Amino acid sequence: MAASELHVALAGNPNCGKTTLFNLITGQNGYVGNWPGVTVEKKEARLSSDKSVIVTDLPGIYSLSPYSPEERVSRDYLMSGEPDVVIQLIDATNLERNLYLALQVIETGLPVVVALNMADLVEKNGDKIDTRALSRRLGCPVLMVSALKNKGIDELFSEVKRAAGKKGKAAEHKFDSAIEEVLDKIEALLPGSVPAEKSRYWAVKLFERDADAQRLVNLTKDASAAVERLIAQCEQDCDDDAESIITGERYAVIAHIMDECVKKAPARMSTSEKIDRIVTNRILGLPIFILIMWAVYSIATGADAFGTAGTDWVNDNLFGEGFELFGMAFPSIPGAIEGWLVSIGASDLVQSLILDGVVAGVGAVLGFIPQMFVLFVLLSFLEDCGYMARVAFVMDRVFRRFGLSGKSFIPMLVATGCGVPGVLATKTIENEKDRRMTVMTTTFIPCGAKLPIIALLMGALVGDAEANWISPLFYFLGVLAVIVSGVMLKKTRLFAGRPTPFVMELPSYHFPSVRSWALHVWERVSAYIKKAFTIIFASTVVVWFLTNFGVFEGAFGFLPAMEGIPEEFTDYSVLAMFGGAIAFIFNPLGFDTWQATAMSITGLVAKENVVATASSLLHIADGTETDPNLWTAFAGMFPTVGAIAAFGAFNLLCAPCFAAMGTIRAQMNSAKWTAIAIGYECGFAWVVGLIINQFYLAATGVFSFWTIVAVLFAAAILFQLFRPMPKYAWTDEHDDAMAPAAA
Amino acid sequence: MRTMGDVAIGDSATIVKLHGDGALRRHLMDLGLIKGTQFKVVKVAPLGDPIQITVRGYELSIRKEEAAIVEVQ
Repeated sequence: MAASELHVALAGNPNCGKTTLFNLITGQNGYVGNWPGVTVEKKEARLSSDKSVIVTDLPGIYSLSPYSPEERVSRDYLMSGEPDVVIQLIDATNLERNLYLALQVIETGLPVVVALNMADLVEKNGDKIDTRALSRRLGCPVLMVSALKNKGIDELFSEVKRAAGKKGKAAEHKFDSAIEEVLDKIEALLPGSVPAEKSRYWAVKLFERDADAQRLVNLTKDASAAVERLIAQCEQDCDDDAESIITGERYAVIAHIMDECVKKAPARMSTSEKIDRIVTNRILGLPIFILIMWAVYSIATGADAFGTAGTDWVNDNLFGEGFELFGMAFPSIPGAIEGWLVSIGASDLVQSLILDGVVAGVGAVLGFIPQMFVLFVLLSFLEDCGYMARVAFVMDRVFRRFGLSGKSFIPMLVATGCGVPGVLATKTIENEKDRRMTVMTTTFIPCGAKLPIIALLMGALVGDAEANWISPLFYFLGVLAVIVSGVMLKKTRLFAGRPTPFVMELPSYHFPSVRSWALHVWERVSAYIKKAFTIIFASTVVVWFLTNFGVFEGAFGFLPAMEGIPEEFTDYSVLAMFGGAIAFIFNPLGFDTWQATAMSITGLVAKENVVATASSLLHIADGTETDPNLWTAFAGMFPTVGAIAAFGAFNLLCAPCFAAMGTIRAQMNSAKWTAIAIGYECGFAWVVGLIINQFYLAATGVFSFWTIVAVLFAAAILFQLFRPMPKYAWTDEHDDAMAPAAA
Repeated sequence: MRTMGDVAIGDSATIVKLHGDGALRRHLMDLGLIKGTQFKVVKVAPLGDPIQITVRGYELSIRKEEAAIVEVQ
């Protein structure tokens, strides 16, 4: 550590305002990564007012137990020797439970500064907190702050700097004298390498029979036997197990502190309780939820709604015909760029690359932004104000049936806009298996970019892109894919395990600060914009190359500029050759033309490309998903209606796009799990397509070898769906940690 | 044995003992559900599970399955 740098750890319960404080003090320019080896978010940034201070935001936790990855990385970091000071942030409206973590952090022996957040709300309720008495009882400075209103933050950091100069010390608070006696004896048995201010922490951990502590402290055989005898004797005397004894002692200390430091006003019904009486009401809960969701999607993506109007404007004017503003005529972006390219005398090759490749590709992505922006504004508000936790509460019963919890619902809602922020939203799911499964299944939900494909399919199937009854069918297919996958995967060795407990705090409702709300929306929209300008940008250039370059009459080159080439030059393109070469993969699904294969390949790059590729490969100039000519040409590629449906199923269920795959890679934090996720998505999509096509053929009296394969796959899926949960030995690392530590 | 899941909506009860072992038990204790703690069952979700309780001044949602390890009186 450089002598001039100060490392500050930020600790606190979930929902105590930690993220708001972190964003406020660092200006949200932090490095976000994962803690080594685990997919738990690690945020680190320098203080905006003093660049020599490095703040590490620990995950929101309730305790420093060894059971969850979040708690483990937190305590490992606190004991690593890096942090000089800990800011323990406390939600003052929930002081009692928040103090439980605070006592444990103080026991680490590090210099701690306690910051009481949301103290203004406490005063509004009429309660009084005596910070001086609290500071005396905890043995560390206690300050009132408001992260939301930016109050008390400067004072907090002057206190932090003062605390940094002091040496750490053992905790002030004491347990019952009988327990203290045992802890003293354990401390005496610790090896000399343990510093005095940390001996209390390790003694308590050893008393709890914490397996990590037993490994790290490395007691001699005799000492460890002596410790075990002490614990066993104490457990017998108290008629309770060691973990319960310590937890009970901590809450007893807290009860004393609460008595001395807090004056409570007579209890009244809080606003949150009043809202919840209606919002999660037994009878009204579900209808209210459906109504809210209906409102969100009407505003964001409804036919005449705000978001759709913006998207249409971008597509029709900015990237279409040009537009008029204040009586002045503006050309469209492609028009302006084309004019500029012509004026500087750019070659046809350059013009084609920039206009047909880059501008068309990136434009297709940007068109979705207004709809997505409105959707994320609404969803982020519901999340930040506390309603989404209630959604998880209301929906949990549904989701646990197929092995997920109510928390998996939120990523899926976000994924209806874009899979990239949808996958990112899985980070709030604590359980690793649940998170992985949600990452794998979230992108089955149709995202905004899949909607034009659905419209094209509707046009081809029934000749009406507005056929309102078909589009819900594809959402239904997506939801069904999530459910079927959830049930099947849960019974595999990868995901088998005890059901994940659903024990969740329901935070009080509050109106989010505009700043943190905006940050949340920006985090999601920018994830999508980044995708437009990096991966999609690169991939449209590749797709442009594949469609415009090829071999004609023995020569390789830029096809449109070649002598005597017919109008339909794409038939000679690299994409045509490549598509033709791998089209056999899709033969059993009924679409083995190179065009349909090429559309699926570009769809794997980005779903936004599919309709544009169809229009260019089928030689329908400027064909869009609402163009009947494109419908006819598109339908002409397929031998049967079943094959069209199979094409639709494959393209809507397979891995969504390169950008989402990259996000899956980042969230999984493991190459193996990324491969499993993407392989499963594409494999499942192929199997569903196969079953649809072959069952359709069988219904019309056509049988082949693939009919048998389809029946076998269908039988395997049904078997996996309905067989009882197989009994695996629980062998993964987290279940090991759950086993009681060996004495 | 009467458990947390058996407490009627609107009723209060006191925790006697936490059964089971490992992570869930410890997590419930860390959340303040220990011997002698009073709580109130506020409501049940529209589909019959989970339940919502008030304990130590905050709201907690817990499935009946998990509530079954909490013995109450």
